[in-house]
Amino acid sequence: MANQEVDRSKRRFLVAATSVAGGVAAAAVAVPFISSMLPSERAKAAGAPVEVDISKIEPGSILTVEWRGKPVWILNRSQSMLETLKSHNDNLSDPSLAVTSQQPDYCKNETRSIKPNVMVMVGICTHLGCSPSPKLQSGADMGADWPGGFFCPCHGSKFDLAGRVFKGSPAPTNLIVPPHEYVGDNMLVIGKDAKGVA
Amino acid sequence: MAASKQNKLINWIDERFPLSSNIKTHLTEYYAPKNFNFWYFFGSLALLVLVIQIVTGIFLTMNYKPEASLAFASVEYIMRDVSWGRIIRYMHSTGASMFFVVVYLHMFRGLMYGSYRAPRELLWLFGVGIFLVLMGEAFFGYLLPWGQMSYWGAQVIINLFTSIPFIGPDISLWIRGDYTVSDATLNRFFAFHVIALPLVLLGLVVAHLIALHEVGSNNPDGVEIKKKKDAKTGIPLDGIPFHPYYTVKDLVGVVVFLIVFSVIVFFAPEMGGYFLEANNFIPADPLKTPPHIAPVWYFTPYYSILRAVPPILNSQFPGVAAMGLSVIGFAFLPWLDKSPVKSIRYRGNLYKSWLAAFVVSFLILGYLGTEPSNVWGQFDTSTLIVGGADRATVVARIFSVVYFAFFILMPWFTKKDKTKRVPDRVTG
Amino acid sequence: MKKFVLVIGLLFASLALANEHVKLDRAPIDPNNQASLQRGAKYFVNYCLNCHSAMSMRYNRLMDIGLTEAQIKSNLMYASEKVGDTMTVAMPKADAKLWFGATPPDLSVEARARGADWLYSYLRGFYRDSSRPTGWNNVVFDKVGMPHVLWQLQGQQVLKEDEEHHSHQLVLDKPGTLSPAQYDLMVADLVNYLVFMAEPYKQQDQRLGILVLLFLGLLLVLTYALKKEFWKDIH
Repeated sequence: MANQEVDRSKRRFLVAATSVAGGVAAAAVAVPFISSMLPSERAKAAGAPVEVDISKIEPGSILTVEWRGKPVWILNRSQSMLETLKSHNDNLSDPSLAVTSQQPDYCKNETRSIKPNVMVMVGICTHLGCSPSPKLQSGADMGADWPGGFFCPCHGSKFDLAGRVFKGSPAPTNLIVPPHEYVGDNMLVIGKDAKGVA
Repeated sequence: MAASKQNKLINWIDERFPLSSNIKTHLTEYYAPKNFNFWYFFGSLALLVLVIQIVTGIFLTMNYKPEASLAFASVEYIMRDVSWGRIIRYMHSTGASMFFVVVYLHMFRGLMYGSYRAPRELLWLFGVGIFLVLMGEAFFGYLLPWGQMSYWGAQVIINLFTSIPFIGPDISLWIRGDYTVSDATLNRFFAFHVIALPLVLLGLVVAHLIALHEVGSNNPDGVEIKKKKDAKTGIPLDGIPFHPYYTVKDLVGVVVFLIVFSVIVFFAPEMGGYFLEANNFIPADPLKTPPHIAPVWYFTPYYSILRAVPPILNSQFPGVAAMGLSVIGFAFLPWLDKSPVKSIRYRGNLYKSWLAAFVVSFLILGYLGTEPSNVWGQFDTSTLIVGGADRATVVARIFSVVYFAFFILMPWFTKKDKTKRVPDRVTG
Repeated sequence: MKKFVLVIGLLFASLALANEHVKLDRAPIDPNNQASLQRGAKYFVNYCLNCHSAMSMRYNRLMDIGLTEAQIKSNLMYASEKVGDTMTVAMPKADAKLWFGATPPDLSVEARARGADWLYSYLRGFYRDSSRPTGWNNVVFDKVGMPHVLWQLQGQQVLKEDEEHHSHQLVLDKPGTLSPAQYDLMVADLVNYLVFMAEPYKQQDQRLGILVLLFLGLLLVLTYALKKEFWKDIH
């Protein structure tokens, strides 16, 4: 301190260099701790892609499988069910599938599916995470104009047979279509597609 | 502009919290003697290891299961399935041993330079407290991996309490919470290891630092720098501000330490069986004792003393008491040392010889504690007095006596020692 | 008090036991030899995994020794397990205890507990002993519960007393399908795999360790220069 001939600029440089290197070190040390909180190998193994044989699903019926602890619905839509999808676009919040995060690109089509009849979606309401109940038949207890779809018991969100949300529902977006692909005619893999494992 | 904004913020804080004044008292205007040497790195390093242990410990508890049937597998789960889990675990296991390395060197510094002498008795006592709590932490923590060494180590140590006259068996039962070391024991050890003792430890560390900053640091000359102050500024003539001088110096120590630490963590986490024992990779089995059990290296000097003391009147209690005293002994140093000088630099050969003898005993006892007592075989039966006895046991007895003599005879040899004149100001 | 004496007594008894060293052969293993590791994995799955689990080892970790997911699935996994599954066994623990007198230990970290040399010597150390319920004993692990699973490969050994050197020697009584040299090679592969399985991440960590040390070296240079610069003030 007393020494007036101190080389200020050298000192400043060394302080800065050490601070930068120390900052890099601190950030590098933070990486292991932060990543240790991500899903472990066990969680990943439990959440690995699920293979489903869909040959046994009758037209008009639904199979629920578990993927990553969530219900995934595989709905084999009958011809008449597919017909209804075109009839109510005006009543939907997002008929054009503008929210692209809700389905992979290969399902951004009229039926929201790879094979037109086979609908695959995560059975979790996009509002607050309840699981909606299938109300597949048109009319019935859901009123005369019900085209068939899903009804969430928690806050009354309504979805059609392609998982598209109806206007006036608390749910903001359509049901999620998980990544999936066919490895045979009737063998469906959920959680994996051409891009790899989800 | 920026500077004035910064000033404003600091002013705002200072009106509500003594930030600037604390920085001054403890860093920029805390004057430490300018002649600290190598031995003065270990205090700040101990603080660093404490932080490493707390942070890694928190992240380990996120995946560890304190349940007898799950504990062992959960550790291996951390090692393999949790991203980076093994690095975190190895940092913690290496940190445990390095904590003792650093603390033993820190204590040895205190012995050499008389850092326990007036007015630093309380500072020293807080330090002894930290050492005791640290031993507790290590003991409780060692059970958690639930390997064979964890289990049988805990079994033997808890059984030591059984030898306490009258109440011993009940104490052991109470510590275990079961008739044998079991899930109940594991669960309570977990509670002690992760929250109870760390809280005490942190409290003691704060007290240790407050006491240090009240009396000021000792130094290799054992000279009180506060006795010679600048007439105008009142700053000790031999003192320099802790920040920046000792912060930058300690930083070098930190990096060197981290290099050693990383070499162990990445290349030799077992450290040849001294940090992680092979038998601890076998899950705890209450029906089968492993062929060779020894405590982890940092407990072995005291364990040697325990083994060296023969049972008296068929009771193991003297051995247990001796082991306890060998640890507690450090607390009495401020009152046992009668020398007119503090630092080894101005002491005579008598004290130096005794200190050397003590260190040698500590190391030999430490080595013998890691080995079975027949490691050096037996004396020939025709040998006088010790015929047929284990050589290692006899050696351990001799050095146990030296160990205790260092404490017991200290008032005598420190008074009798020929000391040199202590300079007024620190040297070099 | 009695209990204490017992425990301490036990301790010393066991310490004495530990001192009776059996000379172990050095395991000729190489963690960088992927072909050896892959063969070892195959032997492990075929011969060990029927009774011994490796509960901490996931099949997909075998990708670290150069196997593809498809190879693992078709060559090393039975039934329809997922590649992310751990290496479990179907044999119930209670049955195992009944048959062998002890549950076969999980082998995930066995190599860390025993060491490569022990495993190598153990797997080559079985000999015929009619006094044992399984008919087998082992020079490294006296009164072992496990029968000699690989005996058809190694053949039968017997323990012959060597009067001259006051020691015992293993002698091949009936040859197996492999020559002694081939058998040693096979055991080496298996041990190589067991060592890998105990710490599948070891080599990865060491590579990272070198980077960390290089960085710390740079930090040391900087902090040392910083310290020197500031301490110019102190006289």
